[in-house]
Amino acid sequence: MSTTAQLVQGHHDPTLQHHFHTKEQQFETSKLGMWLFLATEILLFGGLFVGFALMQQKYPQAFLLAHHHLDRSLGALNTVVLLLSSFTMVMAVWAAQTSRKKLLVWLLLATMACAFIFLGVKYFEYSHKFHEGLLPGKFYSHKGDTVPNQFVFFSFYFMMTGLHGIHILGGIGAIGWLVIRALKGDFDANYYTPVDLIGLYWHLVDLIWIYLFPLLYLIQ
Amino acid sequence: MSHNQQAETAAAPKVYAATLLALLALTAITVAAAGIHFSSGSVNVVIALSIATIKASLVALVFMHLRHDKPINAIVAISGFLFLALLLAYCVIDIDTRRTIVPYTAKVPEKAAPATPVEADTKK
Repeated sequence: MSTTAQLVQGHHDPTLQHHFHTKEQQFETSKLGMWLFLATEILLFGGLFVGFALMQQKYPQAFLLAHHHLDRSLGALNTVVLLLSSFTMVMAVWAAQTSRKKLLVWLLLATMACAFIFLGVKYFEYSHKFHEGLLPGKFYSHKGDTVPNQFVFFSFYFMMTGLHGIHILGGIGAIGWLVIRALKGDFDANYYTPVDLIGLYWHLVDLIWIYLFPLLYLIQ
Repeated sequence: MSHNQQAETAAAPKVYAATLLALLALTAITVAAAGIHFSSGSVNVVIALSIATIKASLVALVFMHLRHDKPINAIVAISGFLFLALLLAYCVIDIDTRRTIVPYTAKVPEKAAPATPVEADTKK
């Protein structure tokens, strides 16, 4: 209502908040904030990665044997599913940038579908491990191990994939909110900041899985 | 939007599709490489982590738009990894320079020697 830019332009853009001079400045500010959040996410997961590296150095035999309980093909399937979801997400951002409103909704729904497939496969993997007693820490009850301390591997497995799974759930919620707003027609070439930022978050979740897959499933 | 940006936006889907294909191919290579037994297991780890880093860079540069973005966003992202490297480095230095490591004994292993402290260096 009172900024110079608006007085000069003589009209009020509802998507431009009053404390920014231009749309571009507003967009770049939001994006920088998102990147700062993503840097803290790298460190959140990073602590677990460092712990994993140190413990694998300490118990290499236990980690090698423990990882044979994981299904490599299911891990690879989930990697492919997440990469596909990253592609549909970046295409959704492109659809918003070029004002393709219907395509945007479909691409967001495709991304959500991939996320649900990922969680479905993870549920299948988890229930198999619960059944075998391959659980973290003191809950580990698998019988017939020839090398001790395999529970350490499963502590890391569940903490790392669990934290990642929570991020997938959060992503599903955020993308669902984007779908509702996209259906209302809120996003076009003039304003698509939320699509872009949630896209960045989704790619980071994919990026973390890119490291989790070889470390957990492909130990030699 | 400048002419350059418009041209980029028009060509974007092709670039994204090519990136997806590259990522899928690299995933197949990682799985195949994990099946090969090298003389040392650490060769496998280096290969797996190198391929993962190439994939992560592709995602960051293309899907996360860092290629065309203001440098400040890339600086923030890279600083996250630098601080992570710092964390790893100091943890490794800490573990490697301890004289005595007391094992974790919350769970007694089924077929292992009774838990005794590992004497890394008995002379003080």
